Amino acid sequence: MIRFDEVTKVYRGNARPALNAVDLEILAGEFVFLVGASGSGKSSFLRLVLKEERPSSGAIHVLGQDLGRISSRKVPYFRRNLGVVFQDFRLLPNKTVFDNVAFSLQVIGKSKGFIHEAVPDALATVGLDGKGGRYPHELSGGEQQRVAIARAVVNKPSILLADEPTGNLDPTTSDGIMTLLQRINANGTTVIMATHDVGIVDRLQRRVVELVNGRIIRDERGGSYTQAVPLVQQQSFGSAEATR
Amino acid sequence: MRLGLVLSEVGQGLRRNLSMVVSVVLVTFISLTFVGTAILLQSQITQMKTYWYDRAQVAVYLCTEYTTAGSCDQQAATDDQIAVVEAQLESETLAPFIDAYYFEDQEQAYANFQDQFEGNAIAALVTPDLLPEAFWVNLIDPEQSQILTDALAGLAGVESVVDQRSYLDQIFAILNSASLTAVGIAALMLVAAALLIATTIRLSAFSRRRELGIMRLVGASNRFIQTPFVLEGVVAAIIGSVLAGGAVVAIVHFFVQGYLTQTLPGTSFVTVDDALLVVPVLLLAGGLLAAVASNVAISRYLRV
Ligand SMILES: Nc1ncnc2c1ncn2[C@@H]1O[C@H](COP(=O)(O)OP(=O)(O)OP(=O)(O)O)[C@@H](O)[C@H]1O
Ligand SMILES: [Mg+2]
Repeated sequence: MIRFDEVTKVYRGNARPALNAVDLEILAGEFVFLVGASGSGKSSFLRLVLKEERPSSGAIHVLGQDLGRISSRKVPYFRRNLGVVFQDFRLLPNKTVFDNVAFSLQVIGKSKGFIHEAVPDALATVGLDGKGGRYPHELSGGEQQRVAIARAVVNKPSILLADEPTGNLDPTTSDGIMTLLQRINANGTTVIMATHDVGIVDRLQRRVVELVNGRIIRDERGGSYTQAVPLVQQQSFGSAEATR
Repeated sequence: MRLGLVLSEVGQGLRRNLSMVVSVVLVTFISLTFVGTAILLQSQITQMKTYWYDRAQVAVYLCTEYTTAGSCDQQAATDDQIAVVEAQLESETLAPFIDAYYFEDQEQAYANFQDQFEGNAIAALVTPDLLPEAFWVNLIDPEQSQILTDALAGLAGVESVVDQRSYLDQIFAILNSASLTAVGIAALMLVAAALLIATTIRLSAFSRRRELGIMRLVGASNRFIQTPFVLEGVVAAIIGSVLAGGAVVAIVHFFVQGYLTQTLPGTSFVTVDDALLVVPVLLLAGGLLAAVASNVAISRYLRV
């Protein structure tokens, strides 16, 4: 589904690689946590999958396609197979919830009929039925993130990329979002989620890929946020999280 | 569905960016008015050239008592000398080139002079004996006046052989430089228009960068993202082009046909029909310019 072969990403004006010789394979239907300190390369990884950036070296295959060989004209069509969610929701403030979700279908040329079927469906999936007429500023953070998730999955993507989707939410709300992501995953969508949230990673016991300075130092199925570390170190992660 | 969406995006873009759009309209309006004027000036020059060159004659001026130029020595041309010149015009060497000629004596020259300078102070000072007698020659091919000059200029009693076209060439040189100036200003203004359109589109894209980001994220095609912006530029430019077309037609209708034709009867000027032919050229130029400029401006938002 997703394969990284010796992928290195060096940004211009930054000698230290954001990703360094990353080798990774993610299979269809997996739920993968991408963990690591700030600046370890998690977002860079997701941007490479989305072909928002090109690798400095190495090859990336997503959904059977070699990203190095997709012409820039074809990139939009490739992206229609992927859904993306961010920490900051990225909703359009002047559009209603319904229109925010519908927008992503309109701009890829879906018919009105399709949109009026698919959008309420997606809103129901994320638990927002009845709130289609609201504007983003009339919603709580958790609800806004649900709208963003609805927008990401309304076109039934095979892969959902989530970059710290719970980063701005309190623990209870985060749990709701995680339940939703797991449900989406259970329906067959591969989910890759970058996160700093120790509690979530530890509780879900899913595959964990840990990055340090752009290198994969751990790839563990059914893992925790940190592996067999003393309690002290775990606390220091927690407090670092709190100060962010 | 898609078309409606694109059009509503264009409408929103135009409204959101109103002051920039107005400046694009004005700059394309002015620049294309210059372009249209330059085109019409060129066709006016061509038209006048054919008109006047066809009517241009070669004058063979004969000596008067007062002239010293040519072979004259303050001696009026004698009847014999005049006869020699006329014989030359009738000769086998020159006749094939000549369409028609006539002799103008001093009285006729005086009458023409009074006609031409009516109301001018000089008309009162001139007397018939100051004006030279002349043969006025219409050539079959007006380009070949040199033949007459070669054959006649040296003859006794001939003051000079003058091709009227040499006067015309001066006038056309002036008109030509006016038209070139218009072209130059038009070119500069078009550059300004193109840059302004590009800036406007860039601003419009910037004000919609959230939407653009999401469109790119969810996989809207480049063409779909591009089209509203390109249309926005094209619509603004077309409005300017229409105004420019209207201005050009109005200039021809009111100034050229209304004023110049009254003032200078007998000269043929460009007509409103000519101006109407220029209008589609302006529309095309404005639309094309805007399409290219906005395409370039928006393409940086599409790079992946
Ligand atoms: N566009 C960019 N240009 C230059 N350097 C960049 C760019 N984006 C990221 N980097 C650098 O690449 C490294 C990895 O950044 P990245 O955003 O992938 O980290 P991250 O793991 O997502 O961090 P965080 O947890 O803070 O989101 C960092 O050192 C960062 O400074
Ligand atoms: Mg990040």
